[in-house]
Amino acid sequence: MMNKDNQMKHTISVLLQNKPGVLSRVTGLFSGRGFNIESLCVASTLDPTVSCLTLVTSGENNIIEQITKQLHKLIDVIKVVDISEETDYVEREMVILRVKAEANTRAEVLRVIDIFRGKVVDVSPKSYAVEITGSTNKIQAVIDILKPIGIQEIVRSGVIAMARAKKN
Amino acid sequence: MKVTGAQAIIKCLEEQGVEVIFGFPGGAVIDIYDELTRSKITHVLVRHEQAAVHAADAYGRVRGEVGVALVTSGPGATNTVTGIASAYMDSIPMVVFTGQVPTKLIGNDAFQEVDIVGITRPCTKHNYLVKNPEDLVPTIREAFHIARTGRPGPVLIDLPKDVVAAKISFPKPEPIKMQTYRPTYEPHPGQIEKACRAIMKSDRPVIYAGGGVIASNASEELTELARKLNMPVTMTLMGLGGFPGTDRLSMGMLGMHGTYYANMAVANCDLLIAVGARFDDRVTGKIDAFAPHAKIIHIDIDPASISKNVEVDIPMVADCKHALTAINRWFDRQADFDREAEAAKHGPWCEQIEDWRRKHPLGYAADGDIIKPQYVVQKLHELTGGDAIITTEVGQNQMWAAQFYHFNKPRAFMTSGGLGVMGYGFPAAIGAQMAAPDRTVIDIAGDGSIQMNIQELATARQYRCPVKIAILNNGYLGMVRQWQELFYDKRYSHTTLEATPDFVALARAYGAVGLRATKVSEVEPVIKEALATDNVVMMDFVIAREEGVYPMVPAGKATTEMLLV
Repeated sequence: MMNKDNQMKHTISVLLQNKPGVLSRVTGLFSGRGFNIESLCVASTLDPTVSCLTLVTSGENNIIEQITKQLHKLIDVIKVVDISEETDYVEREMVILRVKAEANTRAEVLRVIDIFRGKVVDVSPKSYAVEITGSTNKIQAVIDILKPIGIQEIVRSGVIAMARAKKN
Repeated sequence: MKVTGAQAIIKCLEEQGVEVIFGFPGGAVIDIYDELTRSKITHVLVRHEQAAVHAADAYGRVRGEVGVALVTSGPGATNTVTGIASAYMDSIPMVVFTGQVPTKLIGNDAFQEVDIVGITRPCTKHNYLVKNPEDLVPTIREAFHIARTGRPGPVLIDLPKDVVAAKISFPKPEPIKMQTYRPTYEPHPGQIEKACRAIMKSDRPVIYAGGGVIASNASEELTELARKLNMPVTMTLMGLGGFPGTDRLSMGMLGMHGTYYANMAVANCDLLIAVGARFDDRVTGKIDAFAPHAKIIHIDIDPASISKNVEVDIPMVADCKHALTAINRWFDRQADFDREAEAAKHGPWCEQIEDWRRKHPLGYAADGDIIKPQYVVQKLHELTGGDAIITTEVGQNQMWAAQFYHFNKPRAFMTSGGLGVMGYGFPAAIGAQMAAPDRTVIDIAGDGSIQMNIQELATARQYRCPVKIAILNNGYLGMVRQWQELFYDKRYSHTTLEATPDFVALARAYGAVGLRATKVSEVEPVIKEALATDNVVMMDFVIAREEGVYPMVPAGKATTEMLLV
């Protein structure tokens, strides 16, 4: 995907040792070297001593190369994979939205959420809170459609991603 | 058997072969200092923590070992930051121990508390806060391992007071195995083949050698390669001494204040062999115009250095010594390789470089009785037989030292290359002297930068380090003044130093010897007297006030656009 500066978006997956301060080593590297982070998501893996961090960044190829090399140079980093360089991968993001839902729009909101396979997670007389999962594009599409009805609050998780298994 | 954390720290240092450490005590490290009284380790008490780190830096460089500094929490720790950042930029192996408030007070804004691990995260190779006393010993061992292997660098260990006081077991040393850190030493054979083929094809090769040659002790291998194939060599500031400076193949330093012939050679070469150098902006100038006709081979142990600033053709992630050995062996094994023919092939290229050298040699204009700084450095070289350890401050003094003291051996030139720290040279000289008590150690300084760590005169005196300080005194912050002269219409904004102390009297006040030279004829006698004096000597050379460093490539210009004398 290209952004407005014609720079490629990259989703990078980083396995790191689950120790205090590791996340700030990663984020400090980005701010210190002037790389940008568009989203960042981190949690532990099956092995509680190892965390998986997924970050979305953008830049020309030489910048992305520097990002992966510099990440690799951090002592606590186990593995760095530029997932978007893989032939095929799954990418998901979750959003929770509080949408204005008054008498005249309640049905419409439910229809939209249904189309996007979302789920209502909280109900009040004047709003619904809904959760929707999908690619960044899909999340953006839901937001675009619900915006005219009235989004009161929005929380996005940031992207997580995984390469697809080799078919043969 | 249980030991205290403090005992474990000292035992670890002894186990690592540490003989000298540099530091300054305080409340948070008082237990470690107490333990030092029962150890054979020499501790050098500096007068400012920054000096401890610079001294440890130079000590490590001279010995080829890991330098060690020990300071207290809070201000003790923050004062080390400049020294650590300098060592990081110059890839100098070092372990810095900082005290910390007790673990239960961390985050509490306690007295002399600072998050030094957070502060130094971007300027250390790695750092640790030891929270669990049982982690202390493995952490120290790992820290030394990280500091000295791969691309060397400083590692900081923050030691809460209760961890230092705790009773712990002292496990036997085991080989360090790290899941996440395994630097590549051996070059890829395929890349060696490609590099050697490229060398054989080249008519106009240049070797561009950096600090990696010194760090990996690869001078001999580099010299063998250059001489075998008759290839001219230029060095970065950090690489000086990596190849004999007086050899006919040496072109001296390249870059902003490099020689005319080195910069011309790089601009016209068809093959650039970068060995342990990182294409720093002071070397490349305008990046598009750097070595525009050359295929580039880049040997570096740090993969992130490769293709960072300049796209290279033949990357080689390896230790310089291993890579150069492999290249030399490749040529030795080549049946169809005619060494003499290959060397002769580069004859016209060497002749071209000689032409450039004759046209614009490194030089300066003598001016009657007035002392030229370059003359002082030349005389220092002459009267020490080129065999002294030279440290520098930063600015004009640093560049004149680099240009005119032709280093023939590695580990003889200590300078803050990457960070450019004024105040580095004098404490570094003390560190170097502690590392090599029998060598002559000279800090080539400016009147501005010497004042940044001048308090270390007391340290030098206390430990009987007979270092010599050669102040090139022009009453200016000379390098900035030179820029103001050239690019700011001679508006000398805040670069004129007034109320400078009488350095001769100052030296005396510390029990050192002060000498002054104000005209050319006094230079040699002053240096001779200094070298014959078994004490700290501060030589005050009153030099031509507005002498500049030339050649000079204005910032952002191509390296061929040199301002000459």
